[in-house]
Amino acid sequence: MTDQAYNFAYLDEQTKRMIRRAILKGVAVPGYQVPFASREMPMPYGWGTGGVQVSAACLTPDDTLKVIDQGADDTTNAVSIRKFFEKTAQVAVTEKTGEATVIQTRHRIPEETLTEDQILVYQVPIPEPLRFLEPSEVETRKMHSLEEYGLMYVKLYEDISRHGEIATAYAYPVRVEDRYVMDPSPIPKFDNPKMEGAALQLFGAGREQRIYAVPPYTKVVSLDFEDHPFDPSKAPHPCALCGAEDSYLDEVITDDQGGRMFVCSDTDFCGSRRAAGFTGEMSGAQDTHLGAVGE
Amino acid sequence: MYVAVKGGERAIDNAHTWLAEERRGDVDISELSTGQIREQLALAVDRVMAEGSLYDPDLAALAIKQARGDMIEAVFLIRAYRTTLPRFGASAPIDTGAMACDRRISATYKDLPGGQVLGPTFDYTHRLLDFALAAEGLEPQEAPEAVTDAGDLPHVTDFLAQEDLIQREPEGTDTPRDLTREPLDFPTDRPLRLQALSRGDEGFVLSMAYSTQRGYGRNHPFVGELRIGTVTVEMDIPELGFAIEIGEAVLTECETVNQFTGSKTEPPQFTRGYGLTFGRCERKAISMALVDRAMRWAELGEDNVGAPAQDEEFVLYHADNVQASGFLEHIKLPHYVDFQSELELIRRLRTEAMAAQHQEAAE
Repeated sequence: MTDQAYNFAYLDEQTKRMIRRAILKGVAVPGYQVPFASREMPMPYGWGTGGVQVSAACLTPDDTLKVIDQGADDTTNAVSIRKFFEKTAQVAVTEKTGEATVIQTRHRIPEETLTEDQILVYQVPIPEPLRFLEPSEVETRKMHSLEEYGLMYVKLYEDISRHGEIATAYAYPVRVEDRYVMDPSPIPKFDNPKMEGAALQLFGAGREQRIYAVPPYTKVVSLDFEDHPFDPSKAPHPCALCGAEDSYLDEVITDDQGGRMFVCSDTDFCGSRRAAGFTGEMSGAQDTHLGAVGE
Repeated sequence: MYVAVKGGERAIDNAHTWLAEERRGDVDISELSTGQIREQLALAVDRVMAEGSLYDPDLAALAIKQARGDMIEAVFLIRAYRTTLPRFGASAPIDTGAMACDRRISATYKDLPGGQVLGPTFDYTHRLLDFALAAEGLEPQEAPEAVTDAGDLPHVTDFLAQEDLIQREPEGTDTPRDLTREPLDFPTDRPLRLQALSRGDEGFVLSMAYSTQRGYGRNHPFVGELRIGTVTVEMDIPELGFAIEIGEAVLTECETVNQFTGSKTEPPQFTRGYGLTFGRCERKAISMALVDRAMRWAELGEDNVGAPAQDEEFVLYHADNVQASGFLEHIKLPHYVDFQSELELIRRLRTEAMAAQHQEAAE
């Protein structure tokens, strides 16, 4: 079978219509997990099938797609998903955040502020923020419909009493428009404040068969207490390559003597800054792959 | 120097090429044909068809070849292909009573109309490695054949039903929900549970069934009947106005007869568990019947003793090996952003804890 034998963006039109209905419902009820009949995709469950289905339902031939994993365009699974859409939808692809109209992401929100013309599609492993407190789906759906979130606050309180702070570093739960408690997918809590913005944010969980959404300019509050306010922390370093002080950093082990460097996890952000002349303390390390701009 | 993350694209391409080379193995050994797999690894083909939910022995054989014999990978290939196929409609319900049986046994009656037909079974073989098989080119002995009266073999449970000794199943008129076209929604009904079990992982369903036998939701089952054979598949063609035969399929069906002491609403009566799979998957069909029965506790007014096999959410959410292996293996993907945030948290918590300890020691 040739690639052309598949419909645009792989899924058939009826399936895309079904997914779009779920997306519209999600947009109408921000933060609510809409069940949808997730299809088996030609990549494994847990590897972004939900995000891929949402992207497939959103893409038009005029779109420009960017795919990132851990903030980077060149991680293996991001490469694999980008290739999938290049093959099945023949859409333009880019690594530039500003040029993309649809961005599929795993575990990060790009550093560059997104606009009203962009859609950010998240890959979600476990969409239910209450899952690790209550394993039954029947029960958690009931809790959401009754706005019964006491259990979540008790968990956060127990963290504080045990550790002195809320011991959740990623997938930090948020409340959307004062109604639904929502899992922001496993992004670092550093990214949580970026969820209030101009772009449409769609979340796809393939295996768990759920889609949810945060429409533009929707109120998204990270759960906290008055005396323990939410703190979007990150590593207390500047990027070793571009010197950025306000971006999320990956820690890279450089030798077996405890040597390490911190570099931007958002490769496009870091590359653009370096192209614009910004430098960090290890900018000379051009012989390394991470140091090579625009490879 | 540090490990670079660039170059993913070339690494992926090269890995695929290497994979294809490994799949072929030593080129001095002749290549395996899909026909050989279909004919000589038929039970593997059957399992892939059953769990892949697609009746096509040739494609299942291809999937096994492509997956290098990794059964779950082969099931995944079939599922991913199946989901792209157009739906023309649904077949008429198959009639397993009219099955041309290769095997039909009952553990509840010594003899019964149609008789016990052992069929090509491993059951009474001694599990001794047959070194003669290692030598190629041996022609198998021809199995003796007997003439049968070729009539339909009645279901064993029908005999019990005549005396009202076994519960009667309500005749369903609605089209059952399709697990692959609608999101799973709880509580489910029996048709949906049976669909999920039929495509569920053989190992998982087997272990669940075994757990009921060992006491986690015990309900002693008798194999009322196990039959394997060929049925015809018919479909209503709107343009014709009647059903025509569109093909044949080999199926395995198991009906268990389970004890039931009665409840507030029901007098004592035997109850049923049901298993049906594509191909010859009798271990799976029997397991399915036991798990089906265990999940019927609410409908029969039994107690929920908290056994895993009684919990439909637990069973249905975890029976699918394509979902399970995908999610399990996704932890191979990079998680360094999340790990980084955990690193910082642990470092901070440790610093604070150490500082507190020092202070205590100083005081």
